[in-house]
Amino acid sequence: MTREHPVGVPGLLWLPAALAAGLLVMPVVALLVRADWASLPADITTPAALDALWLSLSTSAVATGVCLVLGVPLAVVLARAHGWPADVLRALVTLPLVLPPTVGGIALLYLLGRRGLLGQSLDAWFGITIPFTTAAVVIAQAFVAMPFLVLSVEGSLRTAGTRFDVVAASLGAGRWTVLRRITLPLVRPGLVSGTVLCFARALGEFGATALFAGNSPGVTQTMPLAIYSAFNGAGVTQETAVALSLLLVFAAVAVLLAARAWRPGRPA
Amino acid sequence: MTSLHAEVVVRRDAFTLDVTFASHPGEIVAILGPNGAGKSTLLAVLAGHLVPSYGVVRVGDRTLTAVRDDRVETAVRPERRSIGLLGQDSLVFPHLSARENVAFGPRAAGVPAAQARRVADEWLTAVGLGELTDRHPGALSGGQRQRVALARALAAEPAVLLLDEPFAQLDVRTAAELRDVVRTQVRRTRTATVLVTHDVLDAVTLADRVVVLHDGQVVEQGRPLDVLSDPVHPFTAALAGVNLVVGRLATQPDGSTALQGPDGVLVPCGAREPGGRAQVTFPPGAVVVGDGWPARVIDLEPGTTGVRVRTSGDVLVDLPPAQAAALDLHVGAELLLSVPTEHVRVRPLA
Repeated sequence: MTREHPVGVPGLLWLPAALAAGLLVMPVVALLVRADWASLPADITTPAALDALWLSLSTSAVATGVCLVLGVPLAVVLARAHGWPADVLRALVTLPLVLPPTVGGIALLYLLGRRGLLGQSLDAWFGITIPFTTAAVVIAQAFVAMPFLVLSVEGSLRTAGTRFDVVAASLGAGRWTVLRRITLPLVRPGLVSGTVLCFARALGEFGATALFAGNSPGVTQTMPLAIYSAFNGAGVTQETAVALSLLLVFAAVAVLLAARAWRPGRPA
Repeated sequence: MTSLHAEVVVRRDAFTLDVTFASHPGEIVAILGPNGAGKSTLLAVLAGHLVPSYGVVRVGDRTLTAVRDDRVETAVRPERRSIGLLGQDSLVFPHLSARENVAFGPRAAGVPAAQARRVADEWLTAVGLGELTDRHPGALSGGQRQRVALARALAAEPAVLLLDEPFAQLDVRTAAELRDVVRTQVRRTRTATVLVTHDVLDAVTLADRVVVLHDGQVVEQGRPLDVLSDPVHPFTAALAGVNLVVGRLATQPDGSTALQGPDGVLVPCGAREPGGRAQVTFPPGAVVVGDGWPARVIDLEPGTTGVRVRTSGDVLVDLPPAQAAALDLHVGAELLLSVPTEHVRVRPLA
C-alpha cells in the first residue's frame, strides 16, 4: 500500500485558520439559528420585501451590465497601456475599493446632484435629476462594483499575455476580431468571476445608495436598505430584517452556484 | 506565389543589425546564427512588430515596410502583411478545436463558415491530422499541435511564411517528421519561406539557401552544402563541426608550405605560395594523434562516435573510444597532433 505525503501544514496554523473560518461562517449560522422558520415564508413574501428583492436584483443586474459594457474596455486599455498615465489611472480605478461607500455616495451627490458639477447642467439643459431615483441606485452600485470587474479582467489579460493575439493578427485578423475571438474568450474565467464579484458587490451595496439614492420603498429601497430600515424598527419588526437577510444570503449563494455551473471545464 | 525582398537595418545601442536577403516562391532561406545575432529582431521587422531604423521589406510588388532617411514611409500593420508565423511554441488557440484553429485565418478573411471548415479539414489532412479535427489542443501532443499551427499558418494563404525554430521543442523523431511536412507543404504552396534557426540540422535538411548572421552582420551566405563544407566564419565552422584556423603560410624545412596558427598549430597546406595570411578548415575526425605540433587538452566531451577533445589553439580532435582510452586523456595532458594534407581546405585571406 502506498500513501502520498502531501506538503503538510504547520500545526501552529490550524488554530488561526479555524478562527478565520469561524469568523466568516458563524455569523451566517447565527442568522440561520435566529430565524423564525415558521413565519419566514410570510415575512419574505410581503409586498415590501418582494419589491425590495426585485429592485435589488434588477438594479444589480443593470449595474453589472453597465460595468461589463464600460469596465471590460477599461480593463483592456489598462492591460495594454504603458507608462505613468496608465499607472495613475490604474490607481484611480481601485479608489472606490478603498473608499468607504458613504464617501462615494457624497462624492456622487457633488457630481450628479442638482447643484453638482455635472448635475447642474443636466438639470438646466435637459431637466434631468438623478439623485433619489432608481437610476441613482444603479450608478451607485456601478461605482462601487466596477473595480472588481476591471481588476479581475485586467489581471486575467495580463496573465494571458499577448502572444495569441500576435498569432491571430498574423493570420489576418483585425484588432476587433482578435479581441472578440481570441482575447476575450481566453480570459473568460476572469471575466466570469469578475462579473460574479461585481454583481455580488452591487447586490450588497448600501452606503453610497443610502446617501445618493435615498431609501424610498419601491424606487430606491434595495434589500440592504430594507433590512436596515426593518432592523431599526421603522414600521416593521426585527423578524422581517432577519428574514430579508436570509433572502439576500440565499440570493448570493444562488449567484455563486450559478456562476460555478456556468463555467464549463475548460480544455487544458 | 510572390518573393520576399528584405533590406533591414536596426540600430540599438551598440548593436547594429544589417541584413539584405531575398526568398523566392517555394524557397526556404535559413537564417543561421547564435543567440544575440539579431534573428529575432529581423523576424520582428518582417512580421511588422518593429519598425527598422532603415530598410525596405517587399513582398511581390507590395511594400510592407519602407524607412528611408529616418522617415517612415510605409509600415503595414501585422494583420495586413500576409506573413504567417510558426514559432517554437505552437500557440494553438486553446479554446478552439484543431479545425476552428485552422479555419481562423480563412474566417478572418471573410470566407463563409462552412467553406472555412472544409478548407481547415483539407489542411489538417495535408499535415496528417485528418482524424483529429475535432480535438482541442489539450488533447494533442506537442508534435500534433505544431502540425495544427503549420496548417493554420498556411490556411491563411500567407505570401511569406516565417519559421522561428519550429522544431526546437520537439523530440528528434517528431522534428524529423515535421520537417518533412514543412518541406512538402512549402514546395506545394510555393510559399516564400524564412527559417530562423541555430540548429545546423534544420539548415541541412530544409534550406535551399543559408544566410549566416553574426553580431547583426551577414558573415556568409550560399547553398547549405557550400557554406557548411567550406565555412568562412568561425561560427559557421563551429556549426558545421569543422576546425577553422587562421594563420600565416610559411615554408617548412622539407620545402612544403604549412599554416602556422596560434598556440603552435601547424597545418600542412601542400604546395602553396608562402607568405600570405590564410585560413584552413579540417574535420576533427581527420586529426591524427602521435606526431606533429604539441597541444594541450583543454576539455573533453562525448563525441558522436567517441570522445571529442578540445585542445590548445581551439582545435577539436575526435577520437574513437579505444584510442581515447589508450591515451590517458585528462585536462592538461600533452598531445602531438597532425592533419593529413588531403583533409585540409585552404582559403587565402586578404
